[in-house]
Amino acid sequence: MTRKTIAVAMSGGVDSSTVAAMLRAEGHDVIGLTMQLWNQRRLSGSEGMPESVQGRCCSLDDVYDARRVAQQIGIPYYVVNHEERFERDVIRPFVEEYVSGRTPIPCSLCNNHLKFDQLLIVAQQIGAERIATGHYARVAFDEARGRWLLKRPADSSKDQTYFLFGLTQEQLSRTIFPLGEMTKPEVRELARHHGLALAEKPDSQEICFVPGGDYKRFIDAYLAEQGEALPDTAGDLVTTNGDVIGEHGGVHNFTVGQRKGLGVATGSPLYVIQISGAKKQVIVGGEEHLYSRTLRARRVNLISVDDLREPMRVAVKIRHRHEPAPAVIEQVKTERTGDDEILATFDEPQRAITPGQAAVFYDGDVVVGGGWIA
Amino acid sequence: MHRVYLDNNATTPVLPEVFEAMRPFFGEEFGNASSIHHHGQQTRAAVEDARESVAALLGCRAPEIVFTSGGTEADNLAIAGLVGAGDHVITSSIEHHAVLLACRHLQEIGAKVTILPVDGRSLIDPADVRRALRPNTKLISVMMANNETGVLQPVEEIGHIAAEADVYFHTDAVQAAGKVPIDVKRIGCHALSISGHKIHAPQGVGALYVRKGIHIRPLFYGGRHERSRRAGTENVPGIVGLGKAAALAKRWLDCGDDKKMAATRDYLQQGLLAQVEDAAVNGDDAARVPNTTNISFDYIDGEALVIALDLKGVAVSTGAACSSGAIEPSHVLLAMGLRPDQARASIRFSLGKQTVTEDIDLALKLVPEVVARLRDLSPVYRKAALRS
Repeated sequence: MTRKTIAVAMSGGVDSSTVAAMLRAEGHDVIGLTMQLWNQRRLSGSEGMPESVQGRCCSLDDVYDARRVAQQIGIPYYVVNHEERFERDVIRPFVEEYVSGRTPIPCSLCNNHLKFDQLLIVAQQIGAERIATGHYARVAFDEARGRWLLKRPADSSKDQTYFLFGLTQEQLSRTIFPLGEMTKPEVRELARHHGLALAEKPDSQEICFVPGGDYKRFIDAYLAEQGEALPDTAGDLVTTNGDVIGEHGGVHNFTVGQRKGLGVATGSPLYVIQISGAKKQVIVGGEEHLYSRTLRARRVNLISVDDLREPMRVAVKIRHRHEPAPAVIEQVKTERTGDDEILATFDEPQRAITPGQAAVFYDGDVVVGGGWIA
Repeated sequence: MHRVYLDNNATTPVLPEVFEAMRPFFGEEFGNASSIHHHGQQTRAAVEDARESVAALLGCRAPEIVFTSGGTEADNLAIAGLVGAGDHVITSSIEHHAVLLACRHLQEIGAKVTILPVDGRSLIDPADVRRALRPNTKLISVMMANNETGVLQPVEEIGHIAAEADVYFHTDAVQAAGKVPIDVKRIGCHALSISGHKIHAPQGVGALYVRKGIHIRPLFYGGRHERSRRAGTENVPGIVGLGKAAALAKRWLDCGDDKKMAATRDYLQQGLLAQVEDAAVNGDDAARVPNTTNISFDYIDGEALVIALDLKGVAVSTGAACSSGAIEPSHVLLAMGLRPDQARASIRFSLGKQTVTEDIDLALKLVPEVVARLRDLSPVYRKAALRS
């Protein structure tokens, strides 16, 4: 094994801490980096937001934990400030997506547009050849195709490839995911083995900058802080037949597939089928209307192939907790703009295909690519 | 790894003589300076000796010195101790947060605060101070030397204005003490703050000069220590260290060693400017303390430069660290009119009494190398290079 200089992205959690300890024990020159992305105190105490925030990402507690691990294993550690870019590339689009009636995934926005880009730049600046993160995924170079592949991890229950579909060949060539072959219990065991005090620290689940998971309050508080009014997106509640059956308080309060909180009483259960930001309409209907056979994915990144010249059989994952479903994908042009899009046609209709979420294409364990659901 | 420390405006190493002076007070000389017995008398004598040394450095009388836990407490004691609700305070945009945030607190409790701008050299215009005066102005607080640029402020002129207007004048001299001669009478200030660890004494000790006859409200209560201006058993080892460091600083200044330090600083500054294109000194045209130079290296990210240099053994700084340790653009450089990208591209080098020419030579070798690497990676730099 050759000794390398590796920058480890440390969040203060078990996974990335264990990565740092592992690589250090293997004899590499490890530099710990934490990205300061969001000031948790910014909106705390705003109307409706908790006084003391329990948000995960960039909280002082997590920086403290990461720094203590770095001190314990004897590596240099730095916090790098990317707040401005995070606000521009993640927070803003997150708010705008919701306000226009879509359901965004900020983690993918962050991975695609900020985290890996910026980490690799910082790593290069400080003389590290590679970066390592605590993601559960695998990277491998495929000689036959001459391409770097992103593959699902050994522990499929922790698979995070859905959030990593935006990685470029350049990024993959310089990134290592040391946990790709391990299960979570093995990672915790290794953390204990290295004497890390946070070996038992619970996993984080929610969106890092939204304490308590209440994104509606977050959007209200953020826009209030910016001195902007929440755009008035209140409008009609419309059935799939076009009948207006009520009103709603704003499209950002809804997500496709949602059943509760529609504010209308009907005999049969109603679900949000579609949200039209332009018309300010929330379209509701019976569960059967939730199913759809096709989706269109925009801003696609292909990984295992350089181009999709002919239709390809894959499995498509349409949300984080979704079992990839068999489908055929093909390259098409957007009707209006002529941009490249990917049309996925599923063998079986899928429930609640949600605009703003990612569609990620798998060929077995290999990530073919992915894009954003239109 | 051989390490070079050029961040002495953040803190300085305790000098060996200072450490030796303090040593007995961690052991055999343990008495409480307020005790009437032998042990108390011993430490009381040491505290009062230290007070005289500090007074000698500042040109005041010993009873005018109040020992504190550091520069921040001294600033807070001066500001909160002299100003109340309904009063008006004049300060500047380049003050240390110990002053700015203390003033913000005063605002919250009903005082009015005027924050004066600075020019491109980070200098405050005394005419602005005069114009800002109001009938209810109670205090002017303007620092003596800025921590980021080292630029010396026109404190004597401000002292005149304060005297004419009959308002208090406090100056934060944390970055000036021990680097330039200080005479509180020439400055005409009523209060002046210093910090131990910026002059080679340990962290956790500082002092506030309060002109005789001025009543200052204490920050906390609990005893008649420091003539009822600062309650709490004295930090005897720290105070002894501060006294020793003050005595050494006075001797150092009397010998003209500040000129030697300025020459070493200029050697660093000229060497960097000669080797690195598109670099400029911030506050170059103003009088500065002899140990500081703040340089903008266009097209680079100061945060990356600080980290890359640290990994090679050179300690410098940029901006201000926020609570997580991440770096925010310096409010001082922004107040001077630098663009945020220029502020972020700025690095502060600050020398100490322990700094030797070999340290500077290593910095002169490594800084241009690292700047060149960062610029190679910078798309902005490549674009600018193409244009020219």
